[in-house]
This record gives sequence, C-alpha cells and structure tokens, in this order.
Amino acid sequence: MSAWAKHQILETNAILLMIGALIVISIGGIVEIVPLFYLKNTIETVDGVRPYTPLELAGRNIYVREGCYNCHSQMVRPLRDEVERYGHYSLAAESMYDRPFQWGSKRTGPDLARVGGKYSDTWHLDHLNDPRSVIPASIMPSYRWLAETELDITYLDEDLMVQKALGVPYTDEMIENAKRDAVIQGTLDPVEADDLLARYPNANIRDFTGTVTASGRLTEADALIAYLQSLGTAIDFNLYDDNANIR
Amino acid sequence: MADPSNEKLDTVTGFKTTGHEWDGIAELNQPLPRWWLWIFYACILFSVGYWIVYPAWPLVFSATNGVIGWNSRTAVDEAIAQLQADRGPMVDKLSKTEIAAIKDDPELLDFTRAYGSIAFKENCAPCHGAGGGGAKGYPNLIDDDWLWGGSIDNIAHTIAYGVRNANSDSRYSEMPAFGRDGILTGAQIRDVTQYVRSLSGLPVPHGSDLEAGAKIFADNCASCHGDDARGDQEIGAPNLTDAIWLYGSATPDVVATITNARNSSMPAWSERLDPTTLKALTFYVHNLGGGE
Ligand code: HEC
Ligand code: HEC
Ligand code: HEC
Repeated sequence: MSAWAKHQILETNAILLMIGALIVISIGGIVEIVPLFYLKNTIETVDGVRPYTPLELAGRNIYVREGCYNCHSQMVRPLRDEVERYGHYSLAAESMYDRPFQWGSKRTGPDLARVGGKYSDTWHLDHLNDPRSVIPASIMPSYRWLAETELDITYLDEDLMVQKALGVPYTDEMIENAKRDAVIQGTLDPVEADDLLARYPNANIRDFTGTVTASGRLTEADALIAYLQSLGTAIDFNLYDDNANIR
Repeated sequence: MADPSNEKLDTVTGFKTTGHEWDGIAELNQPLPRWWLWIFYACILFSVGYWIVYPAWPLVFSATNGVIGWNSRTAVDEAIAQLQADRGPMVDKLSKTEIAAIKDDPELLDFTRAYGSIAFKENCAPCHGAGGGGAKGYPNLIDDDWLWGGSIDNIAHTIAYGVRNANSDSRYSEMPAFGRDGILTGAQIRDVTQYVRSLSGLPVPHGSDLEAGAKIFADNCASCHGDDARGDQEIGAPNLTDAIWLYGSATPDVVATITNARNSSMPAWSERLDPTTLKALTFYVHNLGGGE
C-alpha cells in the first residue's frame, strides 16, 4: 500500500480522523502550554501582588457582568508602543489571582491593565455615568444604573470561598470579614481600617463615589471604581528587575 | 463511508471519483494542487528552522532557548533602548534646558511641543479636554484664570504632584461642606449663593438678600476666597468675581457647590511619567495661552 493510500484510511474513517486530529492538536497544545509551568517569568511571584479585597472582587464581578472585557483588554504586551503608552508591560504574576483572567482580546477602548490611579474617582464616576460628558467623541456605553444600584454583598463571603476553592489564598479570617471589609473599604471607617490594611496591604480606603457617607449605602459604582483604581498598581516597578526571571 | 470498490473513472476529466454519488453527481478524487503541497512542505521546513533559532520545545526542566537567545522581555527592552537612543539627543537637551529657554531653540521648541502634545492627549485630555478647554469640574487650561497659579513653577508643581491626592507633596485644601455638615442653614446658603453670583454680574432673583449674603460671606468664606472674593492661589480657592465657573454658575450648581463642597482631585503625574515628559507637559500647558 502506498503512503497515499494509507492516508486514505484516515480520510475515509471519521473516528480515526478525529483521533488523529486530536493527537496532532494535543502536541500543539503541549508544546505551547507545558513550558509555561516552568518558565520563570510565568511562575515568578512578585512583591506587592495580593488577592483582591472583597470590594474590589465585587467590582470585578460587575466588570465581568457588564462585559467590559468585550471592549477592554487588561494586558500591556511587551511591545514598544504599548509600553510607551500604558506603562510597564503586564507580568503574569499580576493576574495570578484573577479567576478567570481579564486579559481580553479586543480593544475597542484602551487597555485597562494600568488604569489604577490614572484618573480620579470623580472622573470614573462621571465617565461611567456618561462617557460623553468627559470624552465628547467616546463610543463607550453609559452605565448610569451602577451609581443608582445598591451593591449586593449578600454572597460576598461565598464569593471569596469560591475563589479560595479555585486556588486564591483567602484565609478563613478574610472570608469571615468579607462583608465588613467591603463596607469599611467603601466608607472610610478609620478605626477599622488597620485590620483591613493588614489583610490587604495598600488597599485604597475611601468613599469612591462621594455619596456613601451621606447615603449610608454602597453602590455598584463604588465597587467597580475600587476595582478600576486597583488595576496595575500592585507592583513597584522601580524595584522590579525585568531581567531577573527571564526563563 | 466511501467504498474504494465503488471508485469509478470520471469519463470527462479522466480522474477517479471517491465512490460517493448523490443523484448521479459524483465527487472527484483529485490530488492536492502542487503549489499548495509545496507551500505546505516549505512551512514544515521553516518551522524546523524556527525551532532551532527561537525558543520552542518544552524539555523536562526548561524549554529550548533557541540559538539567538530571543526573549520578549529583552526584545522590548532593546526596542525601548533604541527609541531612547533615537530621541536621546533631543531628550537630553530638553532635560538640560530651562523651560523658559526652550523657545530660543527652534528645533527643541518643535520637539517639546510635539512631545508635550502627545503626552497631553494620552494623559490629560480625558479630563481637561483634547485642546485643554476643560469641562465641568475639570479646569480650562487655556485661559489665564488659574486655581493654583500659572507661572512655570506653579504649573510644574501642580502637574508633578497633583491636587488632593495621596501624594505627600500634593496641592491640598478643603472647602467645608457648609450644608451637609450643618454649618449654614438652607436659607443662609441661598443668600450667600446669590451674593456670590452677583459678584460676577449675574442677574439674581428679585428679593435676594445680598446684604445678608455679604455678611455670611465675610464670616465664612473670606478666609479662603479673600475679602474681595478674588480667591487665593496658595490654597487653590477660585476667584469668584471673574465669571469663570468650574462647577457651573446656575443657582442649583452654586448651591450644590456650597452645600457639599467639590474638592476635586487630580493624580500626581510624577508617579506615572518621567521628569522629561513632565517638563514637556509643563511647557505645553504654559504655552496653551494662559501661562504667566
Ligand atoms: C462598546 C465598547 C465599550 C464597552 C462595553 C466599555 N467600554 Fe470603556 N471605553 C470604550 C472606549 C471606546 C473608550 C475610550 C473613550 C473613553 O474614554 O470614553 C473607553 C474608555 C474607558 C476607560 C478610560 C481608559 C483610559 O485609560 O482612558 C475606562 C476606565 C473604561 N472605559 C472602563 C470601562 C468599564 C468599567 C466598562 C464596563 C462597565 C467599560 N469600559 C465598557 C469602550 C467601551
Ligand atoms: C482625573 C482627571 C484629571 C486628569 C487626567 C488631569 N487633570 Fe489636571 N486637573 C484636574 C482637576 C479636577 C483639577 C482642578 C483641581 C482643583 O479643583 O483644584 C486639575 C488642575 C490642573 C492644573 C491646575 C489648573 C489651575 O487652574 O491652577 C493643571 C496645570 C493641570 N491640571 C494639568 C494637568 C496635566 C498636564 C495633566 C496630564 C498630565 C492633567 N492635568 C491631567 C483633573 C485632571
Ligand atoms: C477652607 C477654604 C474655603 C472656604 C472657607 C470656602 N471655600 Fe469655596 N472653595 C474653596 C476651594 C479650595 C475651592 C475649589 C474647590 C475645587 O476646585 O474643587 C472652592 C470653590 C468654591 C466655589 C466654586 C467656584 C467655581 O468656579 O465653580 C464656590 C462657588 C465657592 N467656593 C463658594 C464658597 C462660599 C460661598 C463659601 C462660604 C460659605 C466658601 N466657598 C468657603 C475653598 C474654600
């Protein structure tokens, strides 16, 4: 039988063809994925990276719920133009507690991996309420209801539990205090702030929308802005050595 | 399933058919086109070369590094080093030149303008507008009305350390929330609102008690905004007589300002941008029209 005719066996037998295709694709997958398990720059741990605070996690859930990732990536690629525009390229370590990650694949709007601290909370609120009020030509939709809807923290502790089951190192203490931590972070209760900061170093603690102190309730916008303001701020790149973990 | 025994010769083309037949229509079993096959083989050959040159195969404890030692991290570092080398002489010159002297060197002037304008579009335009014209709550940088001062030094400081943020050198001041914190009553706020509006010649409703408003102003507001209400750039208190309103001049806007205070903030750009970029931005903003 010639080689050509042997190939015909595969081509004329659906099951065999499927098994063959599976083997070939697995080889591709193994070659692409397995090295990531031991490449230093994908498994390095970097000082400063910590799990999300409960309020940030709630904001992240809203980010996912509203599909912000359809227009925004969170991944500054190691390319000159991106580093020039957005800042230091993203490290794998920065998404190590993202379940699931928000790298995205579409940039209708700008990358958000380093947006934390770039704007004021007021700007984010204005921008979410009506993007056109600050960027006249913006095509981003308005998310006006976020500032009007009270944040539902009923299941926040369970949320942390799910994240923990997926491998995020939330401690029992963190889970127990999840709801209170969210309230403290959003309303600036300085007496309790120390506990929160011990659990989540460098967390921003304040009234993100400027309405919580007066109304006594957290809104979805508070959580989302807390999340946005935390993005890309964990690592001090003055101390990080780009070349320490190349391979 | 195709059955080889069903293969027939197609009389028109002379090729065999696969043996499938639908209502008399049969499928030719032609070999792949030559050109396609050769490109396919060439790709396989190319990939072998690629495996040798670039990092590729996973081994037990690491992956093959490739003979040229390419790596995305070093590659971007090199690309940026190259960029800095290209810009180097001008950036160097800019970092060594006093802002006031930039305009004496036409080449440096062009470079600084372009550099500043790009940095402004990326970082500042979302708040201050693409042309620096500002928006409600975000000051106009083109006019010669300044909250924190329009000299080169003042602008440089405002940009580098921002306003009301966590940076220890940030510009800072806080207007009290007169209504929310119960310092003034609703009626007092209405009076002082109309008084403040009258200062820049806005028409006030009939029956407004401007005298009471003036008294409230002298007692509560003059310490920051000045006896003549012309503001104080040391603490970013705006001039209230100049008909330029950051938060709107309509009665409800001014009432809201006095009731809740605004105390808006701007990030400290020295935390994100390098000193040369800050310098170019300072020059750019100073030259937008209102620099002192
Ligand atoms: C239809 C696409 C689209 C969706 C969906 C979308 N955005 Fe945007 N976004 C944009 C565009 C376009 C811009 C740039 C113009 C602007 O700033 O408004 C932008 C800008 C931004 C910026 C400013 C980024 C910067 O560096 O200037 C932030 C922050 C942001 N979006 C957050 C969000 C969040 C949070 C959501 C989900 C609630 C969201 N976006 C959903 C299109 C989108
Ligand atoms: C998040 C929105 C935001 C961004 C982004 C921003 N600014 Fe500002 N800026 C403000 C606000 C708000 C004020 C007024 C603060 C106050 O009330 O005193 C201000 C004030 C200023 C002032 C002082 C104006 C005066 O009248 O004294 C200068 C100068 C300035 N900004 C320059 C810049 C430059 C340059 C950039 C870009 C690197 C920038 N800003 C980016 C919000 C912003
Ligand atoms: C502690 C100092 C301080 C005191 C006291 C104070 N202000 Fe202010 N005021 C400020 C500052 C600072 C701003 C600018 C806030 C900003 O830019 O976010 C401001 C802004 C304003 C504005 C907004 C101007 C505009 O362009 O939109 C008005 C109106 C105003 N003040 C009125 C008053 C009145 C009326 C009182 C007294 C009842 C008063 N202020 C007392 C510091 C003060």
